[in-house]
Amino acid sequence: MAKSKANISKETLLDWFYQMVLIRDFETTCDDLYKEKKITGVYLHLYSGHEATGVGAVAAIGKNDHVITAYRDHGIALARGVDPKLAMAEMMGKRSGVSGGKGGSMHLASREHNFWGGYAIVGGHLPLAVGIAMESRYNNKDSVVLCFVGDGATNNGYFHESLNMSAVWDLPVVWIIENNGYGMGTPVEDASGQPLLHKRAESYGIRDMERVDGQNVLEVYEATREAVEHARKNGPVLIESMTYRYKGHGVSDRSYSKREEELREWLENKDPIQIFKRHLVEQYPDIEPELEKLEEEAYRVVDKSVDFAEESEDPGYEDLIKHVYVK
Amino acid sequence: MAQKNLPMREALRLALREEMIRDERVFVMGEEVGEWQGTHRVTRGFLDEFGPRRVKDTPISEMAIAGAAVGAAMAGLRPVAEIMTINFAFLALDAIVNHAAKVHYMFNGQFKVPLVIRAASGWGDQATATHSHTPEPIFAHFPGLYVACPATPGDAKGMLKAAIRDENPVLFTESIALYPKPGPVPEDDDFVLPIGKADVKREGSDVTIVTYARGVEWSLRAARQLEKDGIEAEVVDMRWLRPLDMDTVFESFKKTNRCVVVEESLPFYSFGSEIAAQIQDKMFDYMDAPVKRVSAMDVPLPYAREIELMALPNAEKVVDAVKEIV
Repeated sequence: MAKSKANISKETLLDWFYQMVLIRDFETTCDDLYKEKKITGVYLHLYSGHEATGVGAVAAIGKNDHVITAYRDHGIALARGVDPKLAMAEMMGKRSGVSGGKGGSMHLASREHNFWGGYAIVGGHLPLAVGIAMESRYNNKDSVVLCFVGDGATNNGYFHESLNMSAVWDLPVVWIIENNGYGMGTPVEDASGQPLLHKRAESYGIRDMERVDGQNVLEVYEATREAVEHARKNGPVLIESMTYRYKGHGVSDRSYSKREEELREWLENKDPIQIFKRHLVEQYPDIEPELEKLEEEAYRVVDKSVDFAEESEDPGYEDLIKHVYVK
Repeated sequence: MAQKNLPMREALRLALREEMIRDERVFVMGEEVGEWQGTHRVTRGFLDEFGPRRVKDTPISEMAIAGAAVGAAMAGLRPVAEIMTINFAFLALDAIVNHAAKVHYMFNGQFKVPLVIRAASGWGDQATATHSHTPEPIFAHFPGLYVACPATPGDAKGMLKAAIRDENPVLFTESIALYPKPGPVPEDDDFVLPIGKADVKREGSDVTIVTYARGVEWSLRAARQLEKDGIEAEVVDMRWLRPLDMDTVFESFKKTNRCVVVEESLPFYSFGSEIAAQIQDKMFDYMDAPVKRVSAMDVPLPYAREIELMALPNAEKVVDAVKEIV
């Protein structure tokens, strides 16, 4: 792994490691809870495998910048600092959940973190990112919008209209494609005439940051940092982060038996947490006890989040009818 | 209250201009709203007066116009997005239905969407099947959204100002046929009508005609015709399809015991269906006759003038419907 050009402190690196482990453990726990029928419903899209992309990209923006994503949103929410307890309570549909139990797995959001939510219509959040960026320019702020885009979303009209509009108005948006190789079950090459998705940038006249190794948190961070600076000053940027989805599209989906060998290869040789761990051990030979402590801390936090969620109240009739309109 | 006589397009323009002067967060975006001065001239002169920051010409991108307006509203601005004609709003339906209407609820009140989407609506100019929609009731189907359909220039001003000042998303439809029609418009900068309040445009005791937008004109004309035959029709202009002011309808119905619904739109799963369902449910003891509906015919609109007009409601059809039950 290339050394960071940005001279990132050990503390920060440890924080990223913690976040990645936290996300992995959170997702593994969600998967278990789903099997135990404690998390219910038909939708639960796990972020396992994507951790370096989410953590690295979110680390590259500031508090006053904005994050918005699609339905595979748990990891982004946690990376942005959403309390795992509130996220887990939302998974279980509890009133204490970050969206009051009314959004569910796909609709986590936290206004106070400038985390504008997970959105479940493919591509539907892209124009929202445009609008949030419009406000930044309108009011002469220097905030940037980091918008995560699944590879599958690059083929519907929202992608085209939103990227074009962001370009026409030079809006401060970093479009980051999380290319995990599949839109649901369809390989990218079977869904895109041009499978090098970052090349779309050229047709909109926006900056093409090309492909980045999405399993390498430092590379994602470096690329996003550069993209953010460009977006702040000049306008939109497109990054394609190459990653992999360990679980099915959603937990209720069929497994893809053809993928087993491929999955083993990613797990064994391209796992973002293992890659980062090796890097940290290389850079700081005595670091392992610290990493173990962080791993234990993450497990503990996730366990507590489950306890919190289980002990929380279910929403009731008043929640059902509240917030249909602003009163 | 001081008034001046203005066509509806000028009343809308006045309302929008006053609100842009009043609140710096208000801006307009849409196809041809700036350089071209607005396809329907509602934003005439705005680019010169307010500049490109607040008057945004967009690409032909209805999905992104509506979606970006939702995002900008969530972020604290007050966008007034123009969809050139409501026929193109079908392209924006997802952003309107799934995001404008649901974001406040889905995230438990964390975000508000103080957004107005203006769209010109209607038919009758041989605009043909794809350009002749009046789908207001489709939008009124969804909780989280308000739907405004003014019938007069004065109402248009007061309703648009109410829509812009409200914290909720509003689909604001403007009948193309009504744009040039004049009427008295209050000059007061703060003339704001309440959201979801119907207006009795004509009093009468024999039958209640429930309608909105262009239907008001046909209904009033029908009422004058019926008067000659000794029938006094009360004309209730709903003004808003959501919230729907059924209290005013019920009050009138208790007096007349008969109802004809007049709608510009198609008859299936319609405004008329909703009004009729609510009357039979809540007013059964007052009913002296079935609720009649005058709607567009259940066909796509053709080009040829002769058969286009055949498919559309008019005052004569309203008179006939009333005479069936009075």
